[in-house]
Amino acid sequence: MKILEVKHVTKRFGGLTAVNDVTFDLEEGEILGLIGPNGAGKTTLFNCINGVYKPTEGQIIFRGKDITGLPTYRSAHLGLSRTHQIVRPLNELTVLENAMVGACYGRENMNLSDARKTAMEVLEFVGMADKAEVLAGVLNVAQKKRLEMARALSAKPYLLLLDEVLAGLNTAEVTAMLDTIRDIREQGVTIIMIEHIMHAVMNLSDRLIVLNYGSLIAEGTPEEVSQNPEVIEAYLGDPDLAARLLEEEKV
Amino acid sequence: MKRLFKPGLLIPVAIIVVLAIWPLFSGNSASTREAMFTLIMSMALASSLNIILGYTGYVSFGHIVFFGIGGYAGFWAITRLGWHILPAALLGGLVAALIAWLLGLAVLRLRGAYFALATIGILEAMKALVINLDFLGGPVGMEMHFSEYKRYGGPMQSLWMVYWSMVFLAILVVVVSYFVKTSKFGLGLMAIREDEDAAEVMGVITPRAKTWAYVLSAVFPGIIGVLFFFKNGNIEPGDAFRLHFSIEWIVMIMLGGAGTVLGPVLGGGIYQWLRKTLLTSPIFKDYQLVVAGVMLLIIVLFVPTGIIGWIRTRSAKLRRVFE
Repeated sequence: MKILEVKHVTKRFGGLTAVNDVTFDLEEGEILGLIGPNGAGKTTLFNCINGVYKPTEGQIIFRGKDITGLPTYRSAHLGLSRTHQIVRPLNELTVLENAMVGACYGRENMNLSDARKTAMEVLEFVGMADKAEVLAGVLNVAQKKRLEMARALSAKPYLLLLDEVLAGLNTAEVTAMLDTIRDIREQGVTIIMIEHIMHAVMNLSDRLIVLNYGSLIAEGTPEEVSQNPEVIEAYLGDPDLAARLLEEEKV
Repeated sequence: MKRLFKPGLLIPVAIIVVLAIWPLFSGNSASTREAMFTLIMSMALASSLNIILGYTGYVSFGHIVFFGIGGYAGFWAITRLGWHILPAALLGGLVAALIAWLLGLAVLRLRGAYFALATIGILEAMKALVINLDFLGGPVGMEMHFSEYKRYGGPMQSLWMVYWSMVFLAILVVVVSYFVKTSKFGLGLMAIREDEDAAEVMGVITPRAKTWAYVLSAVFPGIIGVLFFFKNGNIEPGDAFRLHFSIEWIVMIMLGGAGTVLGPVLGGGIYQWLRKTLLTSPIFKDYQLVVAGVMLLIIVLFVPTGIIGWIRTRSAKLRRVFE
């Protein structure tokens, strides 16, 4: 079953086209990697999907329902959760309360005591249970990233949008986070992840899509995408350039 | 019901009750009663404002506008329609709530300093409007005939009745404040305070939650306004819409601890007690507002979380005692 259909989505800010006619589908249970150079429009696309921005053109269909332009709290209620690239902890609330906000106001609209139970389970799951009573503001970056995940998961989403959850983590933390993401998929949550750490996203994703200057330039399995000359050019510049320069050297 | 017997609620209620019955045991009961009235009224007003300011993080600078609007509505019903004080007080609360709801639709879209400025604008606009409304007495306001008190058994009985109504209201405000703080609704408000956009992404229906918080924080000042001006015997725009009272409420909240249940009760009490002491001291009587200003400065610079906030950060155990 298709959980998400993005149809010809375009987002313009004045004269700048941040997302340009992007179309893709997502199957339930899939992990989709969304990659592209800096400024390619990845986060803007996320913002269009969950309703932070209203797309200038195009349609977002989530579980058969048109959610284009719905306020972001509506998409949260329907089962679409996300994390933020730049972490946004609720500083003066405890870690547990942060996760409880997700549970209370997420898909299942839980009451406080159910939310506390769910939040505690999720904190256990992401390895933050010992920090439950700590104020979110005093956590370090890795913990704040996990808190973002815990909040999103407490909402019991169908679809989880992960925006660079690995950025800023050290090698050990990246490995631990990758395991967590795999575990989330095991629970039947569909995931779209924006990531810059290539080995991670190549390993985890069933499928990749690549954005460059707002346009979708490639789509396919990690192997296919990594062979795609347009993708290599987007990341490294003209692939033949080095060869040609060498040729010129000889002459 | 289990939530009723938590120290977080019992402590502030106990403080109010102890202060409330003090006049009964004091020699000069009338003057003690007046002092306690001011104290308890401040606690109730600060606690009301705390719902939008402390829990939701929206600094409503001109919050006294609801005290004035409610006061005018109730006073008008009493003097022009001959209503009893109790329905008039309810009317005051209702009108304040309605106006808060309408204003909220417009100004709650603003954030931070812009919202604070807008609330001052509303206050001044409302004052100018009332000055120009003849049926509300224009710039001189309205007076109540002394004979009005006969209905309640004479002026003495009236004053005591207003006093106990005020005590009841103050306890009610604290109970509401506590239930908001410990409810799912309150959790949503605090999420808005910390990061409104993140709260919205997590599913908090922010426009609705903010509007309810604003309405809830306006209802009680509206009712209290009616009691206050009934006790006063007259109402005029200068008293009903005085910006510096609003600012004093903010000082009380900041002193006790914004976003806590006990904070505004404690802050309101300490502030009014201090003010009374200063007003009656020969050296400081002209400088009490200066002292308030310096106090606000010291709090903001050194203890921005206020007394209760500061205690709460000390340990998790204390956090369970002081809500």
